[in-house]
Amino acid sequence: MKHTLVARVLDQPGVLNRVASLFRRRAFNIDSLTVGHSETEGVSRMTIVVDTRRTPAGLVAENLRKLVPVLEVQDVTQVPTVSRELALFRVCCPAEDRAALGELVAIFRGRVVDVAPGSVIVEVTGDEQKVDGLEELLRPRGIEEMVRTGQVALVRGVHAAAVARPAEDAAGEKLA
Amino acid sequence: MILTGAQILWECLVREGVEVVFGYPGGAILPAYDAMLDYPIRHVLVRHEQGAAHMADGYARASGKVGVAIATSGPGATNLTTGIATAMLDSVPTVFITGQVPSKVLGSDAFQEIDVTGITLPITKHNALVSDVGDIARTLREAFAIARNGRPGPVLVDICKDAQQAKTDFEWPETVTLPGDRRVPSPRREDLARAAELVAGAKRPLILAGHGVLKSGASRALQAFAEKTETPVALTLLGLGGLPASHPLCLGMMGMHGEAYVNTAIQEADLLLAFGMRFDDRVTGKLATFAPRSRKVHVEIDPSEIGKNVPVDVGIVGDLRAVLEALVPEVPEARHAAWLRQIQAGREDTRARDILHQPDNGKLYAAHVIRDLWTATRGEALVVTDVGQHQMWEAQYYAHERPRSLITSGGLGTMGFALPAAIGAKLARPDAEVWVVAGDGGFQMTLCELATLRQEGLDVKIAVINNGYLGMVRQWQEFFYDKRYAATPMLSPDFVALAGAYGIPGRHVTRRSEVGPAVEEFRASREAGLIEFRVEKEDAVYPMVPAGADLHAMIRRPAPVDAAGEVRA
Repeated sequence: MKHTLVARVLDQPGVLNRVASLFRRRAFNIDSLTVGHSETEGVSRMTIVVDTRRTPAGLVAENLRKLVPVLEVQDVTQVPTVSRELALFRVCCPAEDRAALGELVAIFRGRVVDVAPGSVIVEVTGDEQKVDGLEELLRPRGIEEMVRTGQVALVRGVHAAAVARPAEDAAGEKLA
Repeated sequence: MILTGAQILWECLVREGVEVVFGYPGGAILPAYDAMLDYPIRHVLVRHEQGAAHMADGYARASGKVGVAIATSGPGATNLTTGIATAMLDSVPTVFITGQVPSKVLGSDAFQEIDVTGITLPITKHNALVSDVGDIARTLREAFAIARNGRPGPVLVDICKDAQQAKTDFEWPETVTLPGDRRVPSPRREDLARAAELVAGAKRPLILAGHGVLKSGASRALQAFAEKTETPVALTLLGLGGLPASHPLCLGMMGMHGEAYVNTAIQEADLLLAFGMRFDDRVTGKLATFAPRSRKVHVEIDPSEIGKNVPVDVGIVGDLRAVLEALVPEVPEARHAAWLRQIQAGREDTRARDILHQPDNGKLYAAHVIRDLWTATRGEALVVTDVGQHQMWEAQYYAHERPRSLITSGGLGTMGFALPAAIGAKLARPDAEVWVVAGDGGFQMTLCELATLRQEGLDVKIAVINNGYLGMVRQWQEFFYDKRYAATPMLSPDFVALAGAYGIPGRHVTRRSEVGPAVEEFRASREAGLIEFRVEKEDAVYPMVPAGADLHAMIRRPAPVDAAGEVRA
């Protein structure tokens, strides 16, 4: 079973290291992890897809919350989200196959973004299954190189209120 | 007020209420040491930085306050790590301050440069590298708040030498703001109600009480809960003292070396109430067969502990004392006479097998030493143990009546902990009668701190239980490795002569009749002293649950055989 956790973390040196170190020492299994800016300056957003067969997602989330630079963690697995991943494939493609490949890629709403004499680069965006599907179809043609970013996810607008974080979180909590 | 970073460091420590720090100077921390002379904080010069870390730890465990240790960069910092990890595994509020090479040479493999925040990342609750003088005050303020907040733990602050030397306008941050929501939650009504319902329905309830009882000051609340519901209480090693050992409902220690009747009670209970403990493998034995017939309620300040090892029916996140105080009015009064009789029967059996109740065969057993130490100190000493067989015998035979009267390394099991931790404990509680109980192996790991003890003029008494072996390892070899004693027979110095070299009086004891008088003799003095007890070499700690075995699958002490060849028990 896979769970998608969204962590909002302070944009500080070493935060990714802390998260990675936690996952390593607790033997949590990461499927993918992406980090980028969030809507708030100084706050980064991590989307972490974890394999929860060994450790329940709740425990992974509670461990993440213990890291000081982690502001909050949501498990968005059961919440309707828009979830996307970007993939680039450089695929063997003789000139005469370009048209056929282009049609195939179009079905996945992908694009050919670079053309060389014997290969092309295909770009596709979608949820994990869709990218998996295209990868499978491209594989027999010969994938020279590929890269996948891993999932990023946003909760859909009408459900956002249900998982909205308490307003004071961003401000932090005062202690003694 | 314009101050150097070094001065700001001490200004902060004074404001945090720090009275004593344990440390060792060196190049990268020299500016801080120079400034120290102008501040009213006692510095204890250790002989090895590991000692400083354990002293800060012992100070914190004895007092409940934050313990502070200070060291230089590189080897100074790496020597701290065993002590930091010890504090981490036992959730001890501590702050470690290390010097670091100047910020402009960071990352260049400069002399005595090592990535301390990298090394200590998995063994601290939090850590930080400070390269700007302007960040020192805020970082230290946060460090103390984090060390104390929620589940306590060690925090390390690594300060570059140039940041210590630079000047800035010092302003003490009156409040500290941590990212995220770090409040300890109040227990939820519905969880309390569900827990109370399980308590009301239980026929064979049992409380498993741990370190959290001491940390949250929940002893009275625990006793009130146990008495109202007539629920017996088993304690973890670190929970000893959480309920007076003499209390009729106190069963004593559970787990690998818990008494058989305690572990049997856990396996037979229909409700386990886990209060401030974390189901460590030394407590549960094999998880698959742990207390299979019981419902479970877990009260714990750290939500990541609930359901980590043992699935529970009700998990309550909160401060144990607050939760128990809220729970006591909710639970009905109950009596469990049949259940208590059942446990008592097992207790009688344990008593009959107990080495203390066997006829005197002229040999000195460690159990005798601990029991006679208990008698001579009226059970009122603050005992700091090392790790190994003597630690388990202490837990079994020194009956602790009060919280924070036993200090021991539980989670990490750090040999060499006792002597330095006792020095820290004595400084925290100068009026306490502090006894080190250590084995010949562990004591030799940090015995250099005898010099610290002497230099500080502290009255700490030391009982070295010398059996000529790394006893606990030897015991495992005896039981599980066909008595092949690889690297466990150990030659030791004459500990009394050694103590003498440090200017500390000592005495050998080889017979049981001498134990009490020797302890009394040393109690009468107001200075440090060491007694070396030369005990039976191949005794084992009983009972024992082999690692990973079922909790009820205990190796019991062999029944003694009398002169006629009859088994007595």
